[in-house]
Amino acid sequence: MGAWIMAGVTFREAARKKILWTAFLAGSAFLALFGTGMHFQINEFTRHSVPPFIRYQLEAAMLQVGFYAVDLLAVTMTILTSVDALSGEIASGTIQAIATKPISRWQVLTGKWMGFAGMVAAYVAAMVGGVTAVGYFIGGVLPHHSLRGTFLVFLECLLVLTVTFACGTRFSTLTNGVIVLGLHGLAFMGGWIEQIGAMTDTPRLVTVGIVSSLIMPSESVWRRASFEMQSSFTRSLQFSPFSNASAPSALMVVYAVVYLFVALTVAIYHFHQRDL
Amino acid sequence: MFGTKVAVSNLSLTVRRGEVFGFLGPNGAGKSTSVKMLLGLVKPSSGQAFVLGAPSDDVDVRRKIGFLPEDFRFYTWLTASELLKLHGRLCGMAAARLRERVPALIDQVGLTPHREKRLRDFSKGMLQRIGLAQALIHEPELIFLDEPTSGLDPMGRRLVRDMIHSQRDRGATVFLNSHILSEIEITCDRVVFIKEGEVVASRDLRAFPDDEVCLVVRARNLSAETVAGLSHWSTSARLDGERLTLATHSTSVLPDILRYLVASGSDVFEFTPERLSLEDLFLKIMGEDRGL
Repeated sequence: MGAWIMAGVTFREAARKKILWTAFLAGSAFLALFGTGMHFQINEFTRHSVPPFIRYQLEAAMLQVGFYAVDLLAVTMTILTSVDALSGEIASGTIQAIATKPISRWQVLTGKWMGFAGMVAAYVAAMVGGVTAVGYFIGGVLPHHSLRGTFLVFLECLLVLTVTFACGTRFSTLTNGVIVLGLHGLAFMGGWIEQIGAMTDTPRLVTVGIVSSLIMPSESVWRRASFEMQSSFTRSLQFSPFSNASAPSALMVVYAVVYLFVALTVAIYHFHQRDL
Repeated sequence: MFGTKVAVSNLSLTVRRGEVFGFLGPNGAGKSTSVKMLLGLVKPSSGQAFVLGAPSDDVDVRRKIGFLPEDFRFYTWLTASELLKLHGRLCGMAAARLRERVPALIDQVGLTPHREKRLRDFSKGMLQRIGLAQALIHEPELIFLDEPTSGLDPMGRRLVRDMIHSQRDRGATVFLNSHILSEIEITCDRVVFIKEGEVVASRDLRAFPDDEVCLVVRARNLSAETVAGLSHWSTSARLDGERLTLATHSTSVLPDILRYLVASGSDVFEFTPERLSLEDLFLKIMGEDRGL
C-alpha cells in the first residue's frame, strides 16, 4: 500500500511540476517536425516517380530514424527527471518525514521507482505511438513488431531509470548524473564498436562491444528494439545507428532484465543500509 | 560513528510515558544523531535502541510515533491539506477520518486561511507549523520534535507550547530537542543534559530542587554577627541594606536559616529561594565555551 501511495505522489509530482507536460510538449514538437519532414520527402518521391517498393523501404528507413530520435529523447528524459529523485531528497532532508512513517524503506524506493516507470511508460507509448501514426498516416508504413519494439524501448528506459536510482542511493545528484550518462555513453560507444567490428569482421572489436554491453546493456536493448521494428531493406543497410550489422540476441534481452532486477535490488539494499 | 568520529557513545536514556522530555546539549553533542537513531534514520554502529518497547527500526511501531524534523521541508508543490492527507495515508488513516482530522488540525496550527496554498508560498514559520501538524496527524503516542520553535514568532512559540501541553494532556509523550532553554524550561517536565554523546545530568523541572539555590531575604535588624552566623549553611552571603543574598548547597537547610534569622531578632519580610535558571545550569554543567 505504501509503495502505491509513493508511486501516486511521484507521478503527481511530475505532472504538478510540469515535467511531464514539458516532455510531452517537446515530444509533440518533435512529432510535428518529423511529420513535416516525412510529408515533404513523400512529395519528392511522388514528383520523381520512385518505384513503390523502393519508396516503401525508404519510408520505413525514415520511420526507423524517428524511432531512433524517440529513443534518445526517452533515455535523456528518464535520466534528467529521475537523477535527483533520491539523492536530492536525501540531501535536503525531505526524505526524513517520509522514512519515519510506518512504511518500509523498500516501499519508499519501489514506490518512487514505479511512479517514474509509469511516467516513462506513458512517454514511450505516446512517442512511439506518435511516430508510428505519422509513418502510417503520412507515409503508409508500419514498423515490424511495433509492440515488441515499444516494449524494448521501455525496457531500455527502465534499465537506465533503475541504474539512476541505484546510484542515487549512494551518490550526490551531480555525481549520479555523471555516472549514469557516462555508463550510457559507454554502452553507446560499445554499440558502435561492435557494429564496426561486425561489418569489418574483426572479432576483437565485437568482443569489446559485447563487454561494454555487459557493463551497461541499455544500448544493446535499443539495437534489439531497432532490429525488431526495422524492415528487411533497412536491415540490409547494415551499418547505421538505425540498423544493425550485429543484432543483439534474445539472451542479451534476458541479461538486461536480470541486470535491471539486480540494479533494483542493489538500490533497495543501499537505501535500506544508509543513514538518512 | 561517522567515519572516525564518535557521534554518540554509551548513551542510555529512559523517557517516561506521558511526560514532556527535554534533550539538551551543546552543538555537536550528538542530540540530533541520537534522535535519528531512535527514529531508525541512522543505524548505530553498535548497541540497540528501543522505542515503545520495540526496536527503533520496527516499521509497525512508527504508527505510534510522530516526528517533526529540524528545519522541516517537504514537496513544495503540495498544498497544506494535501501534505497532511499524504502523511495521514502513509500512517494508514482512512479517508473518512482524514476528512475530519485534516481541517481540524490545520485550524489548530492556525493555517486555515492557507490550507489550499502550496507550500512553496509558505514562510519558514508556516512550514514549521504545518510540519508540526504532519507529526500529529495520526495522534501518535510518542512525538519527537526537533527544534519545533525555530523560525517562529512569539505567537507561534506560544501555539507550539500549547499544542505540546495538549498532547501531554491526552497522554502522549513528547521528546523535545531544542536550543531555546527558556522554552524548554516552560514546556518540559524533565530534562537531561548530553555532552560528547553521553548523559551527564538530568533534572526534574516540576519538582522543587534539592540542590544549589540562591536565597533572597529582605529583613530589618540584620546585624553583621547574624550574617556571619549564616556561614554555617551558606557558601556566600552579601548584605545590601535590607536585602541579603545567600547561596546554599541544598534546599533542605532553608527552614533552619529562616528559624535562625527569626531567633536572631530579624524581622523577615521576604524569603525567596531562587533556583538556578536552566541556562545557568546548562552553563555550569557544560563548562565554558572552548570554541567549536
